[in-house]
Amino acid sequence: MSATPPATPTIVLVGHGMVGQRFLEALAERGLTATHRVVVLCEEPRPAYDRVQLTSYFSGRTPEDLSLTDPGFLADHGIELHLGDPAETIDRAARTVTARSGLTVGYDVLVLATGSYPFVPPVPHKDATGCFVYRTVEDLLAIEEYARTRAATGAVVGGGLLGLEAAGALKGLGLNAHIVEFAPRLMPVQVDDGGGTALLRTIEGMGLTVHTGVGTQEIVVDATGAVTGMKLSDGSELATDLVVFSAGVRPRDQLARAAGLTVGERGGIAVDERCRTVSDPHVFAIGECALASDGRVYGLVAPGYEQAETAAAAIAGDASSFTGADLSTKLKLLGVDVASFGDAHGTAEGCLDVVYSDSRAGLYKKLVIGRDGTLLGGILVGDAEAYGTLRALTGSVPPVSPESLVLPAGADAGDRLGPSALPDEAIICSCHNVSKGTIRGAVTEHRCTTVPEVKKCTRAGTGCGSCVKVLGQLVDAELEASGIEVDKGLCGCFSQTREELYEIVRALRITSYQELLDRHGREDARGGDGCEVCKPAVGSVIASLAPAIGASGYVLDGEQAALQDTNDHFLANLQKNGSYSVVPRIPGGEIAPEKLIVIGEIARDFGLYTKITGGQRIDMFGARVEQLPSIWARLVDAGFESGHAYGKALRTVKSCVGSTWCRYGVQDSVRMAIDLELRYRGLRSPHKLKSAVSGCARECAEAQSKDFGVIATANGWNLYVGGNGGAAPRHADLLAQDLSDAELVRLIDRFLMFYIRTADRLERTSTWLERIPGGLEHVRDVVVHDALGICDELEKLMRAHVANYRDEWAETVNDPEKLARFVSFVNAPDTPDPVVSFVPERDQIKPDLPLLAIGLRPADDVLEGSAQR
Amino acid sequence: MTLTVETTGLKVQLQLADGWFTVCDLSLLVPGRGVAALLPDGRQVALFRDRADRLYAVDNRDPFTGAAVLSRGLTGTHRGRPFVASPLLKQRFDLGTGQCLDDTSVRVAAYEVRAL
Repeated sequence: MSATPPATPTIVLVGHGMVGQRFLEALAERGLTATHRVVVLCEEPRPAYDRVQLTSYFSGRTPEDLSLTDPGFLADHGIELHLGDPAETIDRAARTVTARSGLTVGYDVLVLATGSYPFVPPVPHKDATGCFVYRTVEDLLAIEEYARTRAATGAVVGGGLLGLEAAGALKGLGLNAHIVEFAPRLMPVQVDDGGGTALLRTIEGMGLTVHTGVGTQEIVVDATGAVTGMKLSDGSELATDLVVFSAGVRPRDQLARAAGLTVGERGGIAVDERCRTVSDPHVFAIGECALASDGRVYGLVAPGYEQAETAAAAIAGDASSFTGADLSTKLKLLGVDVASFGDAHGTAEGCLDVVYSDSRAGLYKKLVIGRDGTLLGGILVGDAEAYGTLRALTGSVPPVSPESLVLPAGADAGDRLGPSALPDEAIICSCHNVSKGTIRGAVTEHRCTTVPEVKKCTRAGTGCGSCVKVLGQLVDAELEASGIEVDKGLCGCFSQTREELYEIVRALRITSYQELLDRHGREDARGGDGCEVCKPAVGSVIASLAPAIGASGYVLDGEQAALQDTNDHFLANLQKNGSYSVVPRIPGGEIAPEKLIVIGEIARDFGLYTKITGGQRIDMFGARVEQLPSIWARLVDAGFESGHAYGKALRTVKSCVGSTWCRYGVQDSVRMAIDLELRYRGLRSPHKLKSAVSGCARECAEAQSKDFGVIATANGWNLYVGGNGGAAPRHADLLAQDLSDAELVRLIDRFLMFYIRTADRLERTSTWLERIPGGLEHVRDVVVHDALGICDELEKLMRAHVANYRDEWAETVNDPEKLARFVSFVNAPDTPDPVVSFVPERDQIKPDLPLLAIGLRPADDVLEGSAQR
Repeated sequence: MTLTVETTGLKVQLQLADGWFTVCDLSLLVPGRGVAALLPDGRQVALFRDRADRLYAVDNRDPFTGAAVLSRGLTGTHRGRPFVASPLLKQRFDLGTGQCLDDTSVRVAAYEVRAL
């Protein structure tokens, strides 16, 4: 390859991690990608991904989900990315970089973003089979593979932030997880003894074993060289099949050292305030490989981002500097909130602590206050709700007393400090350095009215996400202050949301749509006929709550019939030519030959088109409305019941064959699928509900793409929620692990009822989980930990649903008055609709579509506007 | 036509070119829902009854899809005007005039209707 410096100035970036990607974005924002050739050398086989969220792989996020690189971004800006081809040598005199493949690129500016490597203590057998580090997607895949085939117990060396993440990952893989930490407490850097104690109790409560105050002396191996245990400094031995070293990271500065660039005593490429290396003005270093001008190496992503911006600014000739960063962190480790900010350990002279500690609840909150009352820093364990506000207040005297900032809600009804008390300069999103003023501006000047819009406009909340809650409060406060009213009403008839209407219906036991509209609708909608939006939505709410509020559970009864969409009204699915399709329930996809034959016979006798659905059922198309009763009379007779394919209700619970037949299966997935389908059949909800049960981790039933999916483990069942296929695919999130049958059913009962209670109309569980404040964690708090104290009630509602379920098709075929509605024409019930006709295709039928005639003028003999207003 | 007094035994009638055409008993219409009726010339009409027992009739054929399904749509009130939303692609039609509320260039026939 050519080594001559090219005519267009060239920027070479070594390393495509989170900070590298952010640097590229900063180049693009400053227009430098248009004026420069940009070449990126990346060691890993995949473009930049969110390393901070690595552990979320075990709750269903794929390596692709973690990607930070929009595929169009590199192409749009002409950036040349070389994956799997790390830089090996730098020739500073010739200004070239040579990669492993032999590729040599000349540079005008070289930016090193090589990151860090995990520190592995020099103990005997540290490289044995079964020893891992936890840094990249590849590390994670290797651990997963080894855990699946060869390990039942795993130990993590290091009880810091990454160590706890790794321990969580091992637990997620179903291993007995141990944490070995040399310091006397967990997370020694971030928290003090009190915080460590609170953290320890909670983490032990989750079934992890913690060994503090002991070091690892040796890895014990068997004859094949595979790990069998570890010797600890207290003389004990810990039996384990797998070891993950997570004892800190070190800057990757070898490339720079070899090129003669100055590095710090304890590592790190020395840079100045502009992130330029002190040895060579053509070379910059950013992120975890850099030793900043304040003598520190920053291992957090937020300072790395700031350095990326600084370097890009320096290259563009703009003024910007990086002189040090806030080390505040807020994390959710193993489901526990941990945050530390400012002078967390109280090192300033004369400072005093304000501490609130509740070991029983696993809570620990400490604020460090200066002599003059200035908030200097603090530590929060178990509840970091106040983090966003407190961090922004750090360095100032808070407007309320410090103790009121750490006391739990309710303990002191007095001062609760909201984000509105913050000054405009306060940084709300430290990942992207977004101030409160910028967020307010997004609302007032850029007319954003929702948190997602503000995120898009300012990038706030798109990093670690810890500020999203404060963001929501700020957006609401700003909207209110500027008098912008956001109409969150369901439709033109109701100013309430679906959730609010649900609460009204439930609390006041309203069983009539008209009563609800006339008493609670918008003024000008009262007394009217409602609309096509609220009628089915309210119909669904009434149906969901039927047993609890004393409404009929039968959707065609009385006024309820008028509320249903055509599909629910005819208990079948309307197709494009006006015919319907019919789907009988086949629980779990299991069907005896006799029943298969019945379906075949019915389809043949009525001339229906048949197709196997994705939910393991059989759909029969082309039924005329007047044929539905006779088709269903035969189906009901043969023991079938409604499959609710027409309803916003439970559709199917798909399953693989499970342990009964499959050599890999670990649980009976078919039985569980049938049990779940029969339990939740007929349950009306804000949108359709799909489910699946897989008998082992191979996941043949695709449970992670369902609203609630169940995957068998050796110890029981894992429950995933919020998955979706379709146009907006979403992998389901792991809600709880290793559940017994009863625990599983109880959690699903609660989850579904909580969803039905709080979701918007036509909001699938996937969008609901993304929208509701607190997301998955909030849902887990509510349905697993019963944080709102409503689980008894949710379970009671589900029990009532189960007890009151009746097959609506059996009910309909036995009700002559209801059957009378299934006619083609009210004045010619036996004449088929001539518009519904079919032609043959591949041995079956297909609709013969009528010609479209948009814009038909009224015929001459018809009077216009003849009906009364 | 508005007829709210006594509804038992009443017949629903449509005005066609050659006079009033009797369709069915009023009791067959559920408030808030529609039914389809077949005219002598083969055309189809969607008949509706609202909560105040007012009656409306428009052509049954959905001009956007060609399917004869408007009678199976949900009804409602939009700015004081009664409408039906097609059950296929949800376009709304004024029940009094047949005018499509979501596309001013589209209109379906409307009929005069009474209960007698």
